[in-house]
Amino acid sequence: MQPTAARDELAALRAGDEAAFLALVRQHHGSMIRVAQIYVGSRAIAEEVAQEAWVGVLKGLDRFEGRSSLKTWVFRIVTNLAKTRAVREGRTIPFSSLRTPENVPEPAVEPARFRRHDDPRWPGHWAVKPNEWPEERLLAAETAAIVDGAIDALPPSQRAVITLRDVEGWSSDEVCNALELTETNQRVLLHRGRSKVRKALEEHLG
Amino acid sequence: MTETTAEAMSCQELVELVTAYLEDALSGEERRRFQDHLADCATCQVYVEQIRATIRVAGRVTAEDLSPEAERDLLAAFRSWHG
Repeated sequence: MQPTAARDELAALRAGDEAAFLALVRQHHGSMIRVAQIYVGSRAIAEEVAQEAWVGVLKGLDRFEGRSSLKTWVFRIVTNLAKTRAVREGRTIPFSSLRTPENVPEPAVEPARFRRHDDPRWPGHWAVKPNEWPEERLLAAETAAIVDGAIDALPPSQRAVITLRDVEGWSSDEVCNALELTETNQRVLLHRGRSKVRKALEEHLG
Repeated sequence: MTETTAEAMSCQELVELVTAYLEDALSGEERRRFQDHLADCATCQVYVEQIRATIRVAGRVTAEDLSPEAERDLLAAFRSWHG
């Protein structure tokens, strides 16, 4: 059973409402590119995949039964197309970073910022402490641009997870579903992504 | 800060569990150790607040705009689909 707003959106699309279609495209296109980038090598190919996915959405819209949300369905089309494209491009291990993100340890904070484990009094406690960030600087447009750049610089699977969770505000279930991730792997990718973005902010804000 | 014992969480451990904590994915015991440490450690409170701030700022990032050409192509596809 879909909520009313979702049914209305679907009805508007089927009726040929261009504003409804554009709203949908503007809402999801950027994230679709980032999701496609997990599987295909380049940004340019990911953009093609996202465009192609919209054509797939239009082809399937009349048959879409609403058993999943429209969003889930759209992103399933994206991942399927991206995988097909990856195979065609000869990328044989495009999904490994999703399956086993914990292979290489990536500390959230450089170990040098903590006291050593044999410290007699405070082993593993802060040696170089983080500072409080002034709220007015957090609100600056420049700060959002730093975060955007830091997200862009992440490895593809971390970038896709943090984009869907923190930029788009998806739930963890929705992200696991769209990216075919286990709860644990999703959390590891999110953790690594957020930790790096925090670090970039710290370098900027002090 | 409390004196570190075998069970007490260190700051270095805490920073690795922040996401699991915020996702409510810690076991009862881990959650208790996390909260006990946090209650006593002003520096880790700052760190957790930095992670929360990071999430808030990410929420203000706007998804990149479509190029006008891409938008025009997609609209044309939509029109011919509905056609």
